[in-house]
Amino acid sequence: MTMTVHVDIVSAEKEVFSGLAEMITAPAELGEVGITPRHAPFLSRLNPGEVRVKVSDEESHPFFITGGILEVQPHLVTILADTAIRAKDIDEAKALEAKARAEEALSDKSEKVDYADQQAQLAKAIMELKTLDRFRKRGG
Amino acid sequence: MAVGKEIRNKIGIIKNTQKITRAMEMVAASKMRRTKEKMQASRPYSKKMMQIIKHLAHANPEYKHPFLVQREVKRVGLIVISSDRGLCGGLNANLFRKAIAQLIQWEKSEIQVDVCTVGSKASLFFSGLKKLHLLGQAAKLDDTPHLQDIIGIIKIMLDAYCKKSIDELYLVSNEFVNTMTQSPTIEKLLPVCAVGSEQNLGGHWDYIYEPDAKEVLDHLLVRYIESIVYQGLVENNACEQAARMVAMKSASDNAGKLIKELQMIYNKARQAAITQEISEIVAGAAAV
Repeated sequence: MTMTVHVDIVSAEKEVFSGLAEMITAPAELGEVGITPRHAPFLSRLNPGEVRVKVSDEESHPFFITGGILEVQPHLVTILADTAIRAKDIDEAKALEAKARAEEALSDKSEKVDYADQQAQLAKAIMELKTLDRFRKRGG
Repeated sequence: MAVGKEIRNKIGIIKNTQKITRAMEMVAASKMRRTKEKMQASRPYSKKMMQIIKHLAHANPEYKHPFLVQREVKRVGLIVISSDRGLCGGLNANLFRKAIAQLIQWEKSEIQVDVCTVGSKASLFFSGLKKLHLLGQAAKLDDTPHLQDIIGIIKIMLDAYCKKSIDELYLVSNEFVNTMTQSPTIEKLLPVCAVGSEQNLGGHWDYIYEPDAKEVLDHLLVRYIESIVYQGLVENNACEQAARMVAMKSASDNAGKLIKELQMIYNKARQAAITQEISEIVAGAAAV
């Protein structure tokens, strides 16, 4: 029998996922981490990116988060996301639009634009699209 | 008919008032449903956050964050969350009474108090008190408050705590028990202490931190305080709507009672006038 660990993913607005999983991958600040059951206690900030919860060999749930905190206890994994959505729900059109807007603002050097802000927005949009892409390739 | 014109006027006025209170009651009822949903939606986050903090209090980090260290109390900070608008029964008054009781205790033990307020009612009330230092206020938040509205005052308080100008931080707000009951509470935010340590994770252990303990803990603890204050704010919002609904309901009922009484008096006066007129006519006819 495979070992499982309890996973809770909550965003500031709602509980997104709660259940058992075999493995969780998350974009920790220093690089992607994969958490399996009985992992040592671990605490890290998360970058915007994809969190994947592997429930079984056949089934896994991708989520998109915009940053947050990951806590790991041997039998409990908690992800406190600033915002989290299931990859299925990412509105592709909206992501593309945001990307276009950010790029446009970045190329427009004449006006006073908050570059840091725009760059962050661009990163977020690209991340959303990437998650969506990967999700599609897997035949979702 | 000239009889009881004033009474009729009065009845008209009360009827108008009743219409207003009834409308407010219905508005508050529908708003309450929304604010309650919002409150319940953000509960899992703050619950999980509390859980992590609880775990953290059991860990033995090599880095002692100032938020986790107790120190001697000379000055405390207070964040008071109230509603922006009145007409919600004794909600704010009860809250302030509780706060004042605590303030008096602090004054007896010669502890000074710094206050930050959320909501116009609290800022109005606490700016009138002389012995307090009002550090900041946030008001005119609408029915769907956002975290950025209160981040300012949280930062003021956390900075004050880091600079050691306050040694403890408390949150005063209303807790939503159910629609009929809201209870004012005073909650200690800082220093973070492990309350209800039901499970001991056993042994001497610590987290693996990424990138390092200081950065992660700084981030986490600030988030923790923010989430508690935010939760307090949405909860207070739901309380406000619930209290307003109940207050307006009783106001409408009272208006109904008043109208009934006045109607009775009016009818009696009218009847008396008619009787008098008839008896005058009869007397006049008899005299002829």
